[in-house]
Amino acid sequence: MSGRQRLTQGAFALVLAALAAVPALAEIKSGTEFLSPEMRRQQADETRNPAFFWVEQGRELFSRKPTPDGQACVSCHADPQQSLRGAATHYPQVDAATAKLLNLEGRIEQCRVERQRQPAFGYESPELLAMTAYLGSLSRGLPVDVKTNGAARPYYEAGKAFFERRQGQLNLSCQQCHDGLVGQKLRGDTVSHGAGTGYPAYRLEWNDVGSLHRRLRACSLGVRATQFDYGSPEYLALELYLAGRAKGLPVETPGMRR
Amino acid sequence: MLWRMALVGAILAAGGVMSVAALEPYTVVGDAIPRPLGGLAGNATRGAALVRDRERGNCLICHQGVEAAEPFQGTIGPPLAGVGTRLDAGQIRLRLVDSARLNPQTVMPPYFRTENLHDVAQQYRGKPALSAQEIEDVVSYLASLKTF
Repeated sequence: MSGRQRLTQGAFALVLAALAAVPALAEIKSGTEFLSPEMRRQQADETRNPAFFWVEQGRELFSRKPTPDGQACVSCHADPQQSLRGAATHYPQVDAATAKLLNLEGRIEQCRVERQRQPAFGYESPELLAMTAYLGSLSRGLPVDVKTNGAARPYYEAGKAFFERRQGQLNLSCQQCHDGLVGQKLRGDTVSHGAGTGYPAYRLEWNDVGSLHRRLRACSLGVRATQFDYGSPEYLALELYLAGRAKGLPVETPGMRR
Repeated sequence: MLWRMALVGAILAAGGVMSVAALEPYTVVGDAIPRPLGGLAGNATRGAALVRDRERGNCLICHQGVEAAEPFQGTIGPPLAGVGTRLDAGQIRLRLVDSARLNPQTVMPPYFRTENLHDVAQQYRGKPALSAQEIEDVVSYLASLKTF
């Protein structure tokens, strides 16, 4: 064997080792990959994706003073197209002041209550969905970039444990379907990796825009397990784990899903 | 109206007791439960309906049934056509009751088990997914599927 052949073989073995060291993570696909070509086109087209109505409403809310003498979001976050571009890619994240895990919804509510001194919108309210869809849309196309180490580590681990634990009367873990059976058919639906990169999303089944936690509640119901509250520690941790799995995938908010 | 509310209250109050009522006992022999649960006789017609029913059996979410015309059938479990030639009634019964006894990693839910489950939704807690009678109905139907 020539030196070059040996070198090639050695390099090949290295590539194999590298592939083996990065298991499922490298293969996680966006929910978009499981949509029909027509739905993909609709999602990409701002004039045909219904969720852009929510984005528009969010943009308007962002500039509107909550009270005549109050401050609009835009008075602090000037030029949001630039200043908040990419912000959504870092959520969920650990809030430095409280050491609690916050998703984008949580951060918006925190700003509204603590800085604007207004009552919280409430999870799944049209206003919070609109604001979340708008802020998510400012990161459209940018890769998910959440921290899963340091202060985030315990939350990430809790989310991973949740993902891997069998639950409900039907005794299924998230992992069994969303790692092991991806691409298979559950009645008319195709099992995906469970990447949350399109949320809030317009879902045909809802005929409405909903949050990722609304989608997670539907999954819990599907296996006849406890539906945790919107914004619950369980779903927040799971959201971080899912975002960790989806690191590098582009944000697609506002997405369209079946 | 009032008496009806009182009755509902009484049933709710008794719910905790009723829901932990023991399931019909059974004996596993090899990879089968040879004897019908509770000594009940199954009805294949009712079983066929349970297999299709999206609220009860919902088998077609994962399995392909025998009716090609049925839209949107699952591809996760083995197809049901001819299952009666591959497995006898007792073998089918164990696979419905608690498939994890044969394969701990299985994705087949346990349809007649209330123990060692986690975070079960309130309305399903302490109850099996299918009753003993429903299990027997589905066993009768599946055991009758002898052709492909």
